[in-house]
Amino acid sequence: MTSNPAAPPRALPGLERQNRAYWTGGAGGLLLIGRCGACKVFVHPPLPRCPACGDRNVEPEAVSGRGRVASFSINHQAWLPRLPVPYVFAAVELEEQAQLYVFTNIINSPVDQVEIGMPVEVTFEAHEDVHLPMFQPQGGPR
Amino acid sequence: MSREQYPEKLVAITGIGQSEVGRPSTKSAIALTVDACEQAVADAGLTMGDIDGLATYPGPVANGDGFSPVGATEVMLALGLDPTWVGASTEGHAHMSAIFNAIQAIASGLCRHVLVFRTVAQASARAEVPHAGIIGGGRVVAQRVWGGQSWTLPYNALSAATLYGLYANAYFRKYGATSEQLGAIAVHSRKMAGLNANAVYRKPITLDDYLASRMISTPLRLYDCDTHIDGSTAILFSRRDVAKDLRQPPLAIEAMGMALGGIGAGLHTGDFTTLPADKAGRMLWSRTDLTPADLDMAQIYDGFSILTLLWLEALQICAPGEAAQFVEGGSRIALDGALPMNTSGGQLSAGRFHGYGHTHEACLQLWGRGGERQVRDARVGVVCNGGFGYGALLLRRD
Repeated sequence: MTSNPAAPPRALPGLERQNRAYWTGGAGGLLLIGRCGACKVFVHPPLPRCPACGDRNVEPEAVSGRGRVASFSINHQAWLPRLPVPYVFAAVELEEQAQLYVFTNIINSPVDQVEIGMPVEVTFEAHEDVHLPMFQPQGGPR
Repeated sequence: MSREQYPEKLVAITGIGQSEVGRPSTKSAIALTVDACEQAVADAGLTMGDIDGLATYPGPVANGDGFSPVGATEVMLALGLDPTWVGASTEGHAHMSAIFNAIQAIASGLCRHVLVFRTVAQASARAEVPHAGIIGGGRVVAQRVWGGQSWTLPYNALSAATLYGLYANAYFRKYGATSEQLGAIAVHSRKMAGLNANAVYRKPITLDDYLASRMISTPLRLYDCDTHIDGSTAILFSRRDVAKDLRQPPLAIEAMGMALGGIGAGLHTGDFTTLPADKAGRMLWSRTDLTPADLDMAQIYDGFSILTLLWLEALQICAPGEAAQFVEGGSRIALDGALPMNTSGGQLSAGRFHGYGHTHEACLQLWGRGGERQVRDARVGVVCNGGFGYGALLLRRD
């Protein structure tokens, strides 16, 4: 969808110390999620202190990039001129931990084939210095 | 602490006001605000000189999107107030944060009469900038986003409809709820708005109209989304011991409940079928001997219809997964039903007064001023607001 030059550009996240790993790990093909060095709980959105044990050693760690669609919505409304619709906005539960959610678009799949529980895997889409984690059906494009 | 010492037990609601609703209005946002505030103060039989507290949510947001064009400072000047205490906050328990702040300011002895207002001019903003209604307010070229929205806006979740579509979809899937059930809320709201001269959309719709309305973000359709308007609401809170001498019988705040989850910062918990509002519901009922069975009516937040279902469960009016059956067909929530709901038409049809319309309507009903839409013998009602931060009030007329 971003290959369409007429489409409105995505609003990109501002990068700062706390979120930079998540948004730029894709440059090396990695999905980096904060993880507590003490109790090993994953923490996303990233925080400087583990909400489970209070440890201050929460550092980005590469995860598998696999998960399942926890829920999704097929957006049909063109909120901006030339916004290509429909598209799928989703919460993906990463396989490393229950309720470890990341928001994303489900791409490389017909929108009407996306289902809750569907296994997905990360793929990255580069925009300037941001590598947006996107998700597609496991095994590649449908 | 005994329940009698709870701050809300020391406070009453003593007056209400609401401006005209416009889509858009010919009046400025500050003029609409003054209209609502003057009404509320006069409703209580007070004058501006009596008002020693002022509160609003969220405070001025001067970005042209109409979400909150008027702040407390301007209102203080326009009304000629000299308040002891003024409060406004964007964060916290969202819509009702101003009400909770007002209650605490009165209970702690800072002031006697706090005027709380909420003004929106989103219809005017959209008339100026066609896409002012999206999150980010009229952004048409990419710019960097920060904070909680930075987790969702890059994926073109440009409206809360897209985000709450996840909740509706998960709820449908888990409980087998249907569009026909969800649509009953929109049909009911429009029916009630027909009895409200200050509602923005008053023409009835059928379930077929609902099902034929365009899909916004599955499974939410156009009629599942509330309506941007210009308008202002004001609610006057007074110390309980001075309230009894005013024009209206004071409305007791039997209990309040509040909660803040992580949604505003991008953190969602659970399986997308519940809101952190559940905690606000538990708090509310822990502060009173009343139970959901005592409710004569309910003004349930409906920024999106799915939020109404989730709030009905959060407030323990329905068991988890049963709210969709409760609203199905509309008979239980009708004016003569088991629990009359959103009797003004709510935000779906009366317009997005952003929570404050619900509180206004609850007071109107408890004072018996509902006219054609009056709930018979309404003595106890619940109001709730919020999708990101959560607040609920249990109101009672003695």
